[in-house]
Amino acid sequence: MGSFFGAKQQKWLLLAPAILVLSLISFVPFLKTLWLSFTDSEISALPTVVSFIGLENYHYALTDPDFVHSLGRTLYFTFSSVAAEVVLGVGVALLLNQQFKGRTLIRALIILPWAIPTIVNAVTWRLIYNPDYGALNALLLQIGLISEYRSWLGDPAVAMNMVILADVWKNFPLVAYVALAALQTVPMDMLNAARLEGAGAWRRFYKITLPWIIGPLLVIIVLRSVEAFRVFDIIYVMTRGGPANQTKTASFYVYQEYFSYLRSGSGSSYAIIVALISIILIFGYYKAAKRQNGTL
Amino acid sequence: MKLKKLLVASTLVALTSAMQAATAAETTIKALFMSQAAYSEDNVKSMTAAFEKSNPEIKVNLEFVPYDALHSKIVAASGAGAQGYDVVLFDVIWPAEFAKRGFLLDVTERIPTDYSSQIFPGAWTTVEFAGKRYGMPWILDTKYLFYNTAMLAKAGIDTPPTTWDELLVQAKIIKDKGIVKYPLVWNWSQSEGMICDYTTIMSAMGGEFFVDGKPAFNKGGAVKALNYMRGSLDSGLTNPSSREFSEEDVRRVFSNGEAAFALNWTYMNALANDPKESKIAGKVGIVAAPGSKGISTASAVNGSMGLGIPSGSAHPDQAWAFISHLTKASTQEKFAKLSLPIWKDSYSTAAVTEGQQSLVAAANNAIAVMYPRPLVQSYAEISDILQVRIHEVLLGQNDAQSALDAASKKVARIR
Repeated sequence: MGSFFGAKQQKWLLLAPAILVLSLISFVPFLKTLWLSFTDSEISALPTVVSFIGLENYHYALTDPDFVHSLGRTLYFTFSSVAAEVVLGVGVALLLNQQFKGRTLIRALIILPWAIPTIVNAVTWRLIYNPDYGALNALLLQIGLISEYRSWLGDPAVAMNMVILADVWKNFPLVAYVALAALQTVPMDMLNAARLEGAGAWRRFYKITLPWIIGPLLVIIVLRSVEAFRVFDIIYVMTRGGPANQTKTASFYVYQEYFSYLRSGSGSSYAIIVALISIILIFGYYKAAKRQNGTL
Repeated sequence: MKLKKLLVASTLVALTSAMQAATAAETTIKALFMSQAAYSEDNVKSMTAAFEKSNPEIKVNLEFVPYDALHSKIVAASGAGAQGYDVVLFDVIWPAEFAKRGFLLDVTERIPTDYSSQIFPGAWTTVEFAGKRYGMPWILDTKYLFYNTAMLAKAGIDTPPTTWDELLVQAKIIKDKGIVKYPLVWNWSQSEGMICDYTTIMSAMGGEFFVDGKPAFNKGGAVKALNYMRGSLDSGLTNPSSREFSEEDVRRVFSNGEAAFALNWTYMNALANDPKESKIAGKVGIVAAPGSKGISTASAVNGSMGLGIPSGSAHPDQAWAFISHLTKASTQEKFAKLSLPIWKDSYSTAAVTEGQQSLVAAANNAIAVMYPRPLVQSYAEISDILQVRIHEVLLGQNDAQSALDAASKKVARIR
């Protein structure tokens, strides 16, 4: 093959199948959504006339204070859950990187939360948070942290944080696994040398381990952030956006405009707004990564 | 090589045509139901088995989804055309939207004219829009006031309340005597169920959703009703968890003997009286929801549902045969424990009244005053807006008047 094509052509040839599939399942729908977002298209079984209405849908979405609030709420969800997942994930990875009896078993078990479907995870946590017979209330009452059973998902002040906790529990194993894989590449002689020089555990982690694993960590942070910003399923199951919209994220508005109110044009504009913010997030992380070590 | 391929291909063709010949006489239709309140899955399966027995040429595939998924399923399947459903269960609040978008077949011509007077008007509301009928009513339902007879007796209360104010008075007596911590329980999660409770109380207090096409739910009885709901929480009479309860949660709390009063659909009557499902079997009282002094003697929300044929169905005749079987009086009378018939005459037959005289008596009062939620194309959006603002008030984040004013402003913005 190499003799017929130059290195450049060969690259494209090898990429062609992937590009073809990607454009069919990703670019084409994206362009269609983009087009729809500038129209007044609606879902209907009857023949309808679709007209171009410019930026009207975007204007409608961005002048809706409820939707604008939901963007802030979604960012809060994204940053809190990803931050907690990274701290917890790296911590667990450090533990799993130690030598101890039963390590293989624990390493296998830790992936379980991530292997559970989101819907099942959400339903399970809803049961745990149940105000009348939930395990969380029972636990906190028994150890004396609360004096009577209380509502968690029904309390606007804490509902979002309770959903975040459920999301962190499900997703931290993924971060832990990536971090663990990265940790295994950290050269032991470097750590041992630092130890001999008298560097403490925290210093060794901060100066050697962390810079060594930051690349793979940033990749997983980007992936998780984009996923978290689009969050819908766990919220749909746990709270449906309540109480009083306190957990209603941006993707919920896409669903609502599109499938409840059947305005496919307007719903598409909400989807594009969510996608644009995700892209900005990705861009921000890549910039940060570049500054960090010039890689990626 | 070529020969082998040919052989495989011709065998396949022969096989499929043989299969087609065998199934030519049988039509399979797909039907969508909900597994929540009203008829149980078992009920629907039994009704379907009877239908298939008397119509051996039609086979019915049943699918059950939660109420909340029903609307999306119907809409999404409309794009599937003949691959979609042939029969769907739909809610009283959707015909306007479905008719406008052509999701359901107009079946006005298929309905015998003498049915019009034999079925309750409230049931007809479920399937009608702009003078046309888009299905047959099936579930005639409303929310009733259930009470724990043992708790009322212990508190020395002889008769259940006839006004909403009296309900609070009785609840206070029960709470003060220490009989139960929270006498009232409701389905006040941010959901359609909460709107049904609000509609019931609001209609009793003389409130209206719209007057001359303009929002009126920020005036008079509509504001009073929301203040009433908020007040019952402030005074500690309503279980605060009501704000995240579904209908099933209400049933569980009431059946566990943890509430003296509850508002819920017909199906709770049979289940709260079933010793396998309930600790208070035999101690369940049921009446129509109360009224308001000088305005009403009882109240009810129209929570009925109907069966229709999606416009893409390839088998509308078979679908209609199935719908006719499910909605006919004899079927409904046989399964009258979880949902009451749409037929006026059924309410005097022994099959329906036996063992549930109090339910039928309550129904006779409630059906007469069934109040509709707004019958407009954008109902889903109006309901979502109201749900948020009402929930804010119930959570103590806003007062009734400004919340409903805000809702009315947002409703005016709907495109």
